[in-house]
Amino acid sequence: MTEPVLDISGLTKSFGALVVSDSIDLSLRPGEIHAVIGPNGAGKTTLIAQICGALAPDAGTIRLRGQDVTALPTRARARLGLARTFQISALAMEDTVLQNALLGALGATGNPWRLFRPVLSDRDLRQTAEAALDRVGLLEKAAMRTADLSHGERRQLEVAVALTLRPAAFVMDEPMAGLGAEGGQKMTALLDTLRHEAPILLVEHDMDAVFALADRISVLVYGKIIASGPPDAIRADAAVREAYLGDEG
Amino acid sequence: MSREGYVNAALVAALIGVPLWAHLAGEPFTITLATRAVIFALAAVGLNLALGLGGMVSFGHAVFFGLGGYAMGILAHHAQNFLPLYDGLFLIEGTKSMPVIWLVAITVSALAALLIGLLSLRTSGVYFIMITLAFGQMFYYFTISWSAYGGEDGLSIWVRNGFPGLNTLDPIQFYALCFTLLCAALWLTHRIARSPFGLMLNATRQVPHRVETVGLDGQRAKLVVFVISGAITGLAGALFADLNRFVSPTMFSWHMSGEIMIFVILGGVARLFGPVAGAVLFVAMEHVLGDLSDYWHIYLGALLLGIVLFARGGVVGLLAGRAKSHD
Repeated sequence: MTEPVLDISGLTKSFGALVVSDSIDLSLRPGEIHAVIGPNGAGKTTLIAQICGALAPDAGTIRLRGQDVTALPTRARARLGLARTFQISALAMEDTVLQNALLGALGATGNPWRLFRPVLSDRDLRQTAEAALDRVGLLEKAAMRTADLSHGERRQLEVAVALTLRPAAFVMDEPMAGLGAEGGQKMTALLDTLRHEAPILLVEHDMDAVFALADRISVLVYGKIIASGPPDAIRADAAVREAYLGDEG
Repeated sequence: MSREGYVNAALVAALIGVPLWAHLAGEPFTITLATRAVIFALAAVGLNLALGLGGMVSFGHAVFFGLGGYAMGILAHHAQNFLPLYDGLFLIEGTKSMPVIWLVAITVSALAALLIGLLSLRTSGVYFIMITLAFGQMFYYFTISWSAYGGEDGLSIWVRNGFPGLNTLDPIQFYALCFTLLCAALWLTHRIARSPFGLMLNATRQVPHRVETVGLDGQRAKLVVFVISGAITGLAGALFADLNRFVSPTMFSWHMSGEIMIFVILGGVARLFGPVAGAVLFVAMEHVLGDLSDYWHIYLGALLLGIVLFARGGVVGLLAGRAKSHD
């Protein structure tokens, strides 16, 4: 078996008496989409926050490409190849679509301290940004103000910014959030092609998308992974049905 | 050219044309007013970098304005009284040379901005405003009690400092000097806004967590721009002191910080020429309305209220429409 790109073991975090992450073990192997599902309040968002460095765990380790990143801040993890997308689009709304993509490209170069040369005259940055926009189908809207994009297009731009980082792993927090049926299908098709670039840890509520995309699914309930395995096994798992899927019929 | 381009060009034309006319018509007082406006504009261009681009509402930019002023005051005071500034292991003398004074003013204000920035950028919002205000008050009361340099009465400098090749006592020549420096600061701001650094800063103001997740250090970007911002306002302070041939603790007062902020808001936050438009308008109102009534600030207040409520882009925004994203 190949070495996992992202390897989480024994991750534990509690707020007072509330255990939000209860010795979580998770891994992400090359080429796969690993979905994390669970009911509201299961601790999915705090899990992502710990993986990406916004929140420090009480115990456990997070390894990225074999390197222990548990103590590293968000931006160091990003530089090591972790690309996160946000549940609520985190984009510079006053800027153009291209500028948002350029920001990611700039992060990937690690050299933003040039104060005088116009950013748009840097051909490498532009190419990276435009390639990513092209990939998600937003190249024609590159010059638009981000605030003028539709909700679905902003979700696509979120993914494009992550793409510009040329990451080793994606961590996506509900990329389908708020998308209609058509938008959801487009996003599903996009993510399906992305796994070959880098594996995706996908936290998602949309079960159609999860079962269409995931190679493995882990089910998080009250901070604990109660089941983990291929989609068919998860669908058949009695505990999962009771805790979660059963609710939705 | 965009509409904002025409507005900016009109401003530049006025800032060249009016003083020239005043010079030919023998109206030195008008030139002095224009010089005052240009120096205020320079101070506000500095603040606009922190406020407009970096999103840092600094209520303490008078610190840098005052430091620039006292850099001039102290150096010139020692030079005119033939007192060494430091006479120990080596000798440092005062100076009446503008380039040296400017360099000292820029360096001192940049260092102060670094220190204040390091401490206050841990906070944001109201706390940031309060901390920067507190620093301003510290400097204000310190200079009031600093009797070696005039305390509350300040320092008078008898003759304006010199610049190689120019007669700075001639109003139009001193004006040209100040105007050139303003243009240089505007050019710098323009370049920074379009640079990779500017892109990072712009995004940090809007979505700081995004900037971190692409691996960039937004906090450090804010600190760097705060230092540049302080240095520019410091340079303006040195020029202001030279214009008046006088420095006093009022340069450090929170009224001064407020006025610099008013220039920016009046003209248009984050607009390249916003601070220029704001400062010109302020000085014009101060002069015209100040003649009518001692309480002319009432009109200023009403105008400011109108701008904040109905024209967030300030005067420049009002004339030029919505800001265009740089392309």
